[in-house]
Amino acid sequence: MIQELTTTRHNELIDPTLQIWGWQIPIYLFIGGLVAGIMIISGYLVLKGQYKKNVFSCFYLPQISLILLSAGMLALFLDLEHKLSVWRLYTTFKITSPMSWGAWILVIIYPVLFLNTLIRIPERFQNVIPLFDRLSAFINKHPVLIKNIGILNMFVGTLLGMYTGVLLSSLGARPLWNSAMLWMLFLVSGLSSAAAFVHLITDDAYERELLAKADNAFLTLELFAFGGFISGLLTSTRVHIQAIRLLLDGSYAAYFWVFVIGLGVVVPLSIQLLAVNHKIKHSPVAPMLVIAGGLILRFVIVFAGQESHWTSGWIR
Amino acid sequence: MARFGMVIDTAKCVGCMDCVVACKTENSVPEGLNRDWIEYEVQGKYPSLHMEIRSERCNHCSNPPCVYCCPTGASHVHDLGGVVLVEHNVCIGCKACIASCPYDARFIHPDGYADKCTFCIHRVEKGLDPACVSVCPTHCMSFGDLEDPNSDVTRLLESRNHHALIPEAGTKPCIFYLV
Repeated sequence: MIQELTTTRHNELIDPTLQIWGWQIPIYLFIGGLVAGIMIISGYLVLKGQYKKNVFSCFYLPQISLILLSAGMLALFLDLEHKLSVWRLYTTFKITSPMSWGAWILVIIYPVLFLNTLIRIPERFQNVIPLFDRLSAFINKHPVLIKNIGILNMFVGTLLGMYTGVLLSSLGARPLWNSAMLWMLFLVSGLSSAAAFVHLITDDAYERELLAKADNAFLTLELFAFGGFISGLLTSTRVHIQAIRLLLDGSYAAYFWVFVIGLGVVVPLSIQLLAVNHKIKHSPVAPMLVIAGGLILRFVIVFAGQESHWTSGWIR
Repeated sequence: MARFGMVIDTAKCVGCMDCVVACKTENSVPEGLNRDWIEYEVQGKYPSLHMEIRSERCNHCSNPPCVYCCPTGASHVHDLGGVVLVEHNVCIGCKACIASCPYDARFIHPDGYADKCTFCIHRVEKGLDPACVSVCPTHCMSFGDLEDPNSDVTRLLESRNHHALIPEAGTKPCIFYLV
């Protein structure tokens, strides 16, 4: 049985397969997930009173997140074809558009992260802007405010992490992204990358141990999310089966199995399980693999998703 | 309320590409890009093969994902006939609409906005047919109001077997192909 389509259309970035989103969108989604994870972790530790001990997650993470988030926004901006019109995102709110939701969520995130930085202003920035010092002193006099800032960071971080997945899964024309598990996968992957990020750069032994254990839980959850994502598409329609086969045994299989699942999840999970059980020492290898795996996951999903199509399986 | 649509008789279409040239000329579509195109579909098992030649473009869907996902409202449904259009100076070029279209009917214009077929709305407003319909040498294309029981398009759909493209995507396309 032949099913063959021949077209006279050869529009740039559309044919033979969609290539509209290059490196900028995967970078933006990865950084968005990382910042989401950082906000959840940092917010949780603030809620648990760890800010009193000046742990890295409470002391420096919010500041680093502000820089990371700006880098992610820059990547998104670089992807726009009509850059001078970017302000139009903020002249309307489209309830049906996840991208519109994302634009407004990003506006909320900056002040929420900034409030988190005010809980503990780093020494070098103290007494620079008196207003910030006064706000910080006010917040520290009211522990209930600090708890609420922690909760707010966790809530907004979760929204951001979910949004990075929903942005793709709402685009019904690309079967690989038509999964209700994508937001879960990206959220857990963001949490895992954030835990690895803290594990990698903190000096505090308690924090490193805590985040390594948390990362093991996130990586295990990520494996379950992958299972749900794959089985959901594999048990769906013909085009969805063909879409997921791009990752399972198609043109993205090597990247997916070796870099995302193998080196990005299974190997670092094994290393960190040995480390938290004191069989080996903590090393930067596992967290670096986790972060690289999270980044490659976004590239694989964005690129393979663009290749998937409702007429997949036809000879084009 | 009018709902513009197109009916194309695949038994008459010879794939001459007059519609493609007319569109490019009428709308000054940049070199290397197309708002409409010809697709040849072959199905079956040799020697029982069936070939369909189709003139394709934006389907001006009644359930348009490109309009729903647009973050600025640049992609919108026009009051006249439910035609899906793009406000060029409101488009930021995020390309979400391109990713959301199962027909890959959109592209990025060199000036940075998403572009596609407009059903030649500037001609339709004057009571003319779209350029592609007006030049077709085999008269295989008809344009009109799908809501009007007396229009050519409605009568053709009532009298002939027809299909739309990728109906399973749920976008309710407004271009139909007679078989």
